[in-house]
Amino acid sequence: MRGVFQRFMKTFAKLFSLLTVLSQERASAGGAVEFIFYFGDVFTPVNFGLLLLGTIGGLILGATPGLSPTMAVALLIPFTFQLEAAQGLILLGAAYTSTVAGGAVSAILLKIPGAPANIATTLDGHAMAQKGEGARALQLSFLASAVGGIFGVLLLIFLTPVLARWALAFGPSHLFWLAILGVTVIGSLDSRSVVKGLLSGCIGLWLATIGFDDIMGAQRFIFHPSLGGGINIIAALIGLFAIPQVITMFARGRRQDGAEVMRVQKHPIGAAVSELLRNRRAVGIGTMTGSVIGLIPGVGGQIAGLVAYDQSRKFSPDREKFGSGHPEGLIAAESANNAMVGPSLVPLLTLSIPGSPTAAVLLGGLLIHGIFPGTDLFDNHPDVAWTFINSMLIGQVLMCIFGLYVAGLAARVAQVPQSVMAAVVLGLAVFGSYSVQSSMGDVYVMAGLGVMMYFLERFGFSAAPLVLGLILGPIAEANFIQGSMIANATDGVMPYFFGGSLNIFLIAVVIASVFYSAWMELRSRRYTSKEEIMA
Amino acid sequence: MSEMSLPRVQHIIGSGIVAAVGIWVTYVSYTQQPSEAFLFPRLISTVFVVLALWTFFKACLGRTRVGNGISARQLTNLLPGLVIALVYIFWAARGLGFYTATAIAFFILLSLYDPAPHGLVKSWVKRVIITACFMAVMYGLFAVLLKVYTPREILF
Repeated sequence: MRGVFQRFMKTFAKLFSLLTVLSQERASAGGAVEFIFYFGDVFTPVNFGLLLLGTIGGLILGATPGLSPTMAVALLIPFTFQLEAAQGLILLGAAYTSTVAGGAVSAILLKIPGAPANIATTLDGHAMAQKGEGARALQLSFLASAVGGIFGVLLLIFLTPVLARWALAFGPSHLFWLAILGVTVIGSLDSRSVVKGLLSGCIGLWLATIGFDDIMGAQRFIFHPSLGGGINIIAALIGLFAIPQVITMFARGRRQDGAEVMRVQKHPIGAAVSELLRNRRAVGIGTMTGSVIGLIPGVGGQIAGLVAYDQSRKFSPDREKFGSGHPEGLIAAESANNAMVGPSLVPLLTLSIPGSPTAAVLLGGLLIHGIFPGTDLFDNHPDVAWTFINSMLIGQVLMCIFGLYVAGLAARVAQVPQSVMAAVVLGLAVFGSYSVQSSMGDVYVMAGLGVMMYFLERFGFSAAPLVLGLILGPIAEANFIQGSMIANATDGVMPYFFGGSLNIFLIAVVIASVFYSAWMELRSRRYTSKEEIMA
Repeated sequence: MSEMSLPRVQHIIGSGIVAAVGIWVTYVSYTQQPSEAFLFPRLISTVFVVLALWTFFKACLGRTRVGNGISARQLTNLLPGLVIALVYIFWAARGLGFYTATAIAFFILLSLYDPAPHGLVKSWVKRVIITACFMAVMYGLFAVLLKVYTPREILF
């Protein structure tokens, strides 16, 4: 054992010295392999420590039912203020990756998905745990997550710089339509009702206009002194994602959840690796499905996991075994929900369009350090961009290693009573939002938006489009005003905003996403009505 | 009021409030000066009010299909917690001091929603220990590590 440890440390030292040399060479670097030159930065003591902290903490938070990845990342943002931009993003990125994977622990051992992305994992994962194969299910889940996650981050590495260069061709009108596209796509695809999704987006866009106008300095919609400086994004994010969860826990009352943790027997890791290699088809389907779905803004890990599970069943010769503890279903679901993590950041890092609510929270983490995604990020802050992306790659490996060891502890955390969770999250939300600017106004905004969101959610509205509206609102407005000035000085508003192939393409995508979602909603309604008649 | 109509009434009230906000936003956007500052709000408020009125009319016609509303039981369960949370945020945090108010609110919420029986001394001791541990962690994180200066007021 000691010999193995010494060999590992020697290899690590050699790798570290190689990466240090590479990072010294990066001044003359560039091109498709630019990311390699920043690997050394991930291994500095502070950065690596934060990566470990984010990974282990994320695994535990992810395993806790009721704490979604978005909420975990939102609650972590106040802790990144005193860190450098890259360090803060490393912590947030590691937490994002690990909470998605950690959600599998409670899905497998408790049949309660830690996050919506783990819904498909419960189908076969819990059945395996019931058969006494909990350890095997957890090992397969973390290994599949790592494979999917690594592929997803590689896609992020190679697609992002290309798309960021392409984004250089974008003018104010295109950026305006892109911001509208971000809100519309999430509003229509991420909601159960297209109209309510779009309405949520409009509420977010309106909230973004509260405060003093940037150009004229006019007061807009300031109906309370706390709103004088506008709505602080971080306080809003904490309120919109954490407070509805707290109130939902209150609404359950003093109910005992009664979830019973399955016992985890020992299982050789080598056997799990061999089994994963035998199930290449499920890994491939899960990884590809997750990667493609991750690239589409608004389509989250929940859909990635379910679609991959369904496709894997269709292509499997053992499809009748799915749902009764078949490893293929578990592998496909877990590789898919982690494969979507990397690609979901592509639209964020290139076009400032967050692909998911968690990506929107990460955008908030970038903006508080004065860094804007797109070419600015890769040209002026390549160290931040590549250290963050590389840390996500290393984070996938760490997540797999620690996941296998932390699973037992995480399952115990998952049993923490809802009363404790609600009180802890409320306390963290209050302290977190106050610490943003040491302002009670931010705490009031956080609480007000949180309570409003809880009631809106009960009536079918959703937080994701509202958050995107709030974040993309200033981008949309700035480009709308700038575009209007250019248009008035040139051809006029109509040709400027509605002419040109790129504008037409973006408008077509906006319209297509709305109509597609409306059609899907009508179809599912007809299907439900038919089922009711048949019943 | 029959039980079946409760979600419908709730939807009408909920979407009615959203529609009222939409109308107010639109009114302010089109009447306030300087008009240049309200160019973008005018654009979004127009879409906002159309969608809000559409949702309101659908709710009035009973054709809302998404959103379950809040049952009487859920409302009874959440109200005490919500009131304590709001008193804590909007008054106690400033009036009593951040840490004192947080400790009191945490302990009350924990005791209120803890499924363990209230008659047992053991469960009260457990709640006190959990509250003390949580406050120690919060103080360590925010006061010591992040150096956030919170309102102290009459207490701590």
